[in-house]
Amino acid sequence: MPSFKIFDVAGAGMSAQSVRLNTTASNLANADSVGSDPNAVYKARHPVFEAVRAQLGSKEMGSAVQVKGIVEDQTPAAARYEPGNPLADANGYVYAPNVNVVEEMTDMISASRSYQNNVEVMNTAKEMMLATLRLGQ
Amino acid sequence: MPVNLDTYLGVHATALKLRSQRTEVLASNLANIDTPGYRARDIDFKSVLAAANGGDSSSVQMTATRPGHIGAATANGTVTPELKYRTPLAPSLDGNTVDAQLEQAAFAENAVHYQATLSFLSAKFRSLMTAITGQ
Repeated sequence: MPSFKIFDVAGAGMSAQSVRLNTTASNLANADSVGSDPNAVYKARHPVFEAVRAQLGSKEMGSAVQVKGIVEDQTPAAARYEPGNPLADANGYVYAPNVNVVEEMTDMISASRSYQNNVEVMNTAKEMMLATLRLGQ
Repeated sequence: MPVNLDTYLGVHATALKLRSQRTEVLASNLANIDTPGYRARDIDFKSVLAAANGGDSSSVQMTATRPGHIGAATANGTVTPELKYRTPLAPSLDGNTVDAQLEQAAFAENAVHYQATLSFLSAKFRSLMTAITGQ
């Protein structure tokens, strides 16, 4: 019977991918949140994944995945000349977040495909376990 | 008719165990599809199964006597398969060598083979039941 660890591995994958979808949603929602200070304006966020290695000598085969941290994109904010904007600074500039909408959209598709992958793995593992339970009947 | 259940089931019991371990390895590859620096791994099913069944009797076998030792087939047929890294066809810049399509295909293939082994085992049990009940 496939060990119950597959559910942990696939579950960790789903959780990591949903964190990624969350940051993408946050980035897209704030793509137009301009500000008057280039340092205080919203910065794009990206999760960094890390494999959870099994202990040396343990019988475990697989390694799950976890979110090691979320990093902020350090690309400088783009300045736009909008003197009519209430958020404009003394020189009439507002600062737009460094969110690349196209990049975020592709990231979103990639994350949702990976999530579906993990769901399929979990479904298959479940079917294999149930078939094993029916063995000899 | 004295029946030793282990020999009666033949290679299928070990094969089933190996298939389930391979499922776990392939599931890990698919879960780490976006992890930077993760290298895809797999079990060489054929060689591990051959080793579990005594393998080539002329070759010298290694024995794992401590938990840190790299696995080899033990006397009672249980196996701790050695994981091997997949040779990447197109590794990405972040060092990840998981190929989604390749892993999905391997996972599907492994699941089908698992079901096949289950069918063989099922048939073995059924014929044993026929022998016991005599009907």
